Amino acid sequence: MLGTNLNHIESASSLEKTINENENVMVCCGRMGPMCLPVYDVMENLEDKYEDVKFFDMEFDNPEAAIIRNLPECRSFQGLPFVVYYKNGKVAKATSSIQNKDEVKAILNDKFGTPE
Amino acid sequence: MKKYDTIIIGAGPAGLTAGIYLARAKRSVLIIDSGSAGGQMILTHKIANYPGVLDISGYELANNMKKQAKSFGCKILSSSDITKLDIAGKEKFIQVDGEDDFSADSVIIATGGEPRSLGLDSEKKFKGKGISYCATCDGDFFQDKDIVVIGGGNSALEEAVSLTKYASSVTIVHQFDHFQGYEHAIREAQDHPKIKIILESDVEEFIGDESLTSVRIKSNKDGSTQDLNVTGGFIFIGYIPRTSVFKDILDINNRGEILVDSDLKTNVKGVFAAGDVIEKKVRQVTTAVSDGSVAALGVIDFLNSH
Repeated sequence: MLGTNLNHIESASSLEKTINENENVMVCCGRMGPMCLPVYDVMENLEDKYEDVKFFDMEFDNPEAAIIRNLPECRSFQGLPFVVYYKNGKVAKATSSIQNKDEVKAILNDKFGTPE
Repeated sequence: MKKYDTIIIGAGPAGLTAGIYLARAKRSVLIIDSGSAGGQMILTHKIANYPGVLDISGYELANNMKKQAKSFGCKILSSSDITKLDIAGKEKFIQVDGEDDFSADSVIIATGGEPRSLGLDSEKKFKGKGISYCATCDGDFFQDKDIVVIGGGNSALEEAVSLTKYASSVTIVHQFDHFQGYEHAIREAQDHPKIKIILESDVEEFIGDESLTSVRIKSNKDGSTQDLNVTGGFIFIGYIPRTSVFKDILDINNRGEILVDSDLKTNVKGVFAAGDVIEKKVRQVTTAVSDGSVAALGVIDFLNSH
């Protein structure tokens, strides 16, 4: 389990349940490394502002994370973390490597709508 | 508008240390950082030269400092961008995106530095799809692949050697005719059988469709170009001080570093600066911590006398 303050997803079935039960879900699949930590921090900061979005992390080295690692949208990814945005259970956007707050917000606003 | 005794801009080791000293002196403190609390320290896999701590990850040390600062009452806003800044007058005003407006009697600038990028459009295009800034994080994506490392300082040399654990070959491209690293780091890279070295050359373009397939290199000697077939490009070309927003207010040298006196005062009354952002020779976690304490004590004197 990752040592972040986010909610964790630990199994493929839990991820599937989460994305099927929630309209907007952002999952950051990474390690406790320097490219991933800033993204977790951004997510922790945005959690309160985007009430319609559920924010989770998933440990990249967990075998169950193959559900993210093997997504067609992540096929060409070569940098951690893999971040996947799900809308109504489907992948709406996926990014590779470090992203700053503005980049994350731009995707959230585009795919899930700007918070009021 | 919420008022504080001191606003610290930057939550790296300098900023957090200053926060700890000021909060322990019963001063109200707001610390703002556009990134994660801990600054560049969190990028360090292992810190073994911080006195009193045998061995710790940069993230853990940063997290401890953050908790310590909070425990004394510092308010920390991370991943928060400053949208407006007016620190020239007696009262300092700062506006933070998505937050309240803040004012303070004093400010400590501890914004540190950020990794220098090549500034190529193609660098942005292949970020996470071949281009990386962290060998520890992304090295295993390049198992048995040919890769290039750009840079000629200690980070570039050490990361190039560490990447040989994964890659079949590592080519170091450096713009000058000699390296800037320590002698032992240079020798280790030069002697490694998997490492090739191209000096006096710059990367002109990263090439590929969905992901990186080659890098175009231009010789600084004769202007000739060559394409290297690589699937990975790791960029370690140093850091630049984060001072652009202060350039019209503070005295800054031609390297972008803030000029301070021995008490870490800037040219503006009530504004101090500490850590990697100031003009100095040595940049370590320990020196940033030292700067943070000096600046905080200077601020306490300033607040007591005004």
